[in-house]
Amino acid sequence: MRDLIDPLIELRDVSKAYDEGPPALSGLTLDVQPGEAVAVLGPSGSGKSTLLNLVAGLDRPTQGGVTVAGVRVDELNETGSAKYRRAWIGMIFQFFNLLDDLTVADNVLLPAQLAGMPRARAAARADELLGYLGIARHRHAYPGRLSGGERQRVAVARALMNSPALLLADEPTGALDSASGADVQALLRELNADGQTMMLVTHDLSLAEACATRTVELVDGQVARDTAHSMPKVAR
Amino acid sequence: MSALGPEGPTSTRLAEPGAIASPPPGGVQDGRTGPSGGGGGALARVVRAGVGRRRVQTVVMVLTTLLAVAASVLGAGLLVASQGPFEQAFSKQHGAHLSAEFDATKVSSAQLAATADADGVAAAAGPFPVASLRLESASGGPPGIDPPPVTVVGRAEADQPVDQVNLVEGKWATKSGEIVLETSARTPGIAAGSKVEATGPDGKAELTVTGIAESVGESADAWVLPAQLSRLAASGADSSYQMLYRFDDADSQSAVVAGKKAVSAGLPDGALRGAQSWLDVKQIADNNVSAFVPFVSAFALIALAMSVLIISIVVSGAVVASTRRIGILKAIGFTPSQVGRAYVGQALIPASLGALLGVVVGNLLAIPMLNEVETAYGTSALPIPLWIDILVPLAALALVVAAALGPAMRAARLRTAVAINVGRTPSEERGRHVRGLLARLPVPRSVSLGLATPFARPARAATTAAAVGFGALAITFAVGLGSSLFAIQTHGNPDSVGDVTVSTMGRPGAPERGGAGDRQAPTRGDEGTVPGTDSRADGGATARDDQDGRGAPGTTTGPQDDVKPADPAKVAAAIKAQSGTGSYFGTGKTYVSVAGIKAGTPLVVYEGDAKGAGQVMVSGRWFSAPGEAVAPARFLQATGAKIGDTVTLTDQGHSVRLKLVGEIFDLGDQGMAVRADAASVAQIVPDVKLDHFTVELASGKDKGDHLDGLNTQLKKIGGVATSSDDARTSTVIVVMQSLIAMLTAMLVVVACLCVLNTVVLDTSERVHDVGVFKALGMSPRQTVTMVLTSVAATGLVAGAIGVPLGVALHHLVMPAMGRSTGTEIPTADIDVYGPGILVLLALGGVVIAAAGALLPAGWAARTGTARALRTE
Repeated sequence: MRDLIDPLIELRDVSKAYDEGPPALSGLTLDVQPGEAVAVLGPSGSGKSTLLNLVAGLDRPTQGGVTVAGVRVDELNETGSAKYRRAWIGMIFQFFNLLDDLTVADNVLLPAQLAGMPRARAAARADELLGYLGIARHRHAYPGRLSGGERQRVAVARALMNSPALLLADEPTGALDSASGADVQALLRELNADGQTMMLVTHDLSLAEACATRTVELVDGQVARDTAHSMPKVAR
Repeated sequence: MSALGPEGPTSTRLAEPGAIASPPPGGVQDGRTGPSGGGGGALARVVRAGVGRRRVQTVVMVLTTLLAVAASVLGAGLLVASQGPFEQAFSKQHGAHLSAEFDATKVSSAQLAATADADGVAAAAGPFPVASLRLESASGGPPGIDPPPVTVVGRAEADQPVDQVNLVEGKWATKSGEIVLETSARTPGIAAGSKVEATGPDGKAELTVTGIAESVGESADAWVLPAQLSRLAASGADSSYQMLYRFDDADSQSAVVAGKKAVSAGLPDGALRGAQSWLDVKQIADNNVSAFVPFVSAFALIALAMSVLIISIVVSGAVVASTRRIGILKAIGFTPSQVGRAYVGQALIPASLGALLGVVVGNLLAIPMLNEVETAYGTSALPIPLWIDILVPLAALALVVAAALGPAMRAARLRTAVAINVGRTPSEERGRHVRGLLARLPVPRSVSLGLATPFARPARAATTAAAVGFGALAITFAVGLGSSLFAIQTHGNPDSVGDVTVSTMGRPGAPERGGAGDRQAPTRGDEGTVPGTDSRADGGATARDDQDGRGAPGTTTGPQDDVKPADPAKVAAAIKAQSGTGSYFGTGKTYVSVAGIKAGTPLVVYEGDAKGAGQVMVSGRWFSAPGEAVAPARFLQATGAKIGDTVTLTDQGHSVRLKLVGEIFDLGDQGMAVRADAASVAQIVPDVKLDHFTVELASGKDKGDHLDGLNTQLKKIGGVATSSDDARTSTVIVVMQSLIAMLTAMLVVVACLCVLNTVVLDTSERVHDVGVFKALGMSPRQTVTMVLTSVAATGLVAGAIGVPLGVALHHLVMPAMGRSTGTEIPTADIDVYGPGILVLLALGGVVIAAAGALLPAGWAARTGTARALRTE
């Protein structure tokens, strides 16, 4: 039985090198506690997205260990990684990564369907999320018909479908106009206030300040600064 | 998934100096300037890069064209080979379109000479006296075995207006006591100078072989001077004249029949005893090869259709997948013509390689079949004509260009601005309602996602279905051919009926084991053939012939060593005494003369009740009364007889008339064996030597036990018992089945490659979506399931369409194979598809589709999620 005060994410001496160039991450060690909202900042090429991919099990470190919710993510095979993501991870992408040929509802249902959740339960959960996120009226629409902010809300709904312990967001406001960005920002803050653990990768300092309880700044694949903030205010 | 944009190798090369950066002075580049002009060089580079970049598609095109050309070369080559040698040789000899035998007691030689002026007769030779004699080596034949009758013609000279026979050795007979043998009547050891003993109704004479001659029209087995013949067969009711005719028109059986009527019009009734059409001789000579032509041609057509289809798919796919690349090419100065030619070129390079290899493979595959022809005509190295090796690949490449031209021109017409901005994923508008419905299906989501894929690109799905459909068609066709050939092999041998076959030729003391599992025991010589597989190429010297001491007619190859037939009476007694024997009958084979037919006609004589023993009748019934007989199609064709007609069999001056009551399915003995009860032919075969017995076991008796017991008995007296299921497999049928298997395998591989190509295109277009699925938790197995499901439904539909088409093709080709060899194939041997087989075959479409999709499915499952998500 895991101790509840254990970190949700534990990265130990993690390095990741690609074929060419300097390592994307170099000896990085980082813990994230449950309920934290960690914003990972840094210039392009500092290793932010690589860090997110390693935590999500989308990639493997060249060296070191990545443990999430007690699972050694770096030791999982492809099937294990898929199951790990179903169980523990929700992902939000900069460009939404919605499937344009599926309706909003079908996009949101996908993670539950892949995980084999009973249909009725999945439908109820999708309805709940679509209502909570204010996009229920778009449930039969295709993503191409929605605004950027609405698409990202659909992406958030999809990410939350399996009630993941950890929400990973890669530049969640990067492709949005300022109004839509603020909208998503408020949504993320609200989620964290409700106890959702998050890790955000962003260039956007205002997003980090508004949503994160902690800011980790990466430079050349190493933690240059790790700052804890007070709990951001929730504005509903 | 490879680079399609400016970062790709092509783009890099395009930026190189001298590609298109430096146009030749005074000329706008349109690709016609050749390599030195820069435009040609750039075009060549684009083509090369396109070919190298799309390796899967390139391999698919090479293999498809290879198969199409190989099958076409084989089909066309066999078609030509099956006709060329005979017709050339026949024409050179002024061969007889009709060899007619007239009753010398009813018509005079003057009357016959006058028939040369009949309507439609272009030339005639004769009358020559003709007789049926028995020839054997002067040193004597095997004990107790009579040599078969042969047709000997009294002819003073080889050179005649018709049938100018070639002396291949020695010289023509110039005096009495000399004989010239036809090549087919020659056996090892017989040469100019050899002695043979000729026996006729009026005497016996030792003759010296002065020469060996070839009569392509098979007008006789041997020739002597007319005076010599009169000493051997001068008297009797069976003295005959031979007349040889060439007609103005003899291209069809009806034309030959018309000629026959014309020459016999003014003669007394019954004067014409029999006649042989050159078309029958040709058919027998061509049989082995012509039997291959229908199915090889069918495979060639399928391969060609697949080739055109797949090349269209591949080139279209290349255009669709390269829309952005085309935009870039045009943006940097490629003309529409250059773009069009680039894509035609990308198809032509692999197609040319495939065509070249196809010619080689086609020629190699033809070797075993052409060997049959070579053996038949005694020629050496009969190659596929050069013009076929040139024309077929050129025609295939022309088809490739035609198939590639459409998509290439579409590529050329794309507007640059549109092309450069077009994404590669299909429009989400297409078929999404269907996909919405599929999402509601109570199946795993990976399955419903896969099922939806074809609706995103319906045209591509349709072409994939066509390829799979062709594959299913090919498998169905091949299974049908294989089953039919097996059935024909089984049913086409009336000597291999019942449960157990006993031969009198087993060696006393030889291992007696002949149980159900023992397949090596001696079998009848003429069994296990298919239409046209027992022609001269097989020498007509079968195992049964060997034991009879009969190789080719008129010679005495004799049995080997000290093997002597067992006493049939003792064998019959052993069979009768053996526990488990239900009923049995015996057969013996001899050769008799039938007017108009050269050489001895096989006569199989039955003792005991053979009715209902499992012989397959094409029409009519089995003989049941004295004076009745059955015969196969070719005999009926050669004699012009029909069911209900009477034929006269002659031997040693004695004749018997038999009424033909049924057409039996019999592929042995070149389809010429007459079968009758011993009592019906007692006048000409008073003491038939039974050499085979067919045993029906009593109900519930074990065949293995029966065989063991019987062979133990036979060990003491000679003879051997085997299961009637044991059939000697014809080499030709083995070649046929191997060829069918190979052609089918090639077609199925091509169909699979087509699916692979399509799925590669699909997955490369949707790799980003796959990345999203995987990021959301789709496991590798679910990914594989999704990809496989994306083609499974298509495969099912294609299989459901391809199977009936394959059945229809089989039902078209099998009778054609029969016709090409002069045999009617029983309906039961054509209707070989049971419901269970049809269902399995229909599922074959799914198997082909899944097999083709398996590799790309694995690739999709292994694609790194992070990398896939980065893919635009």
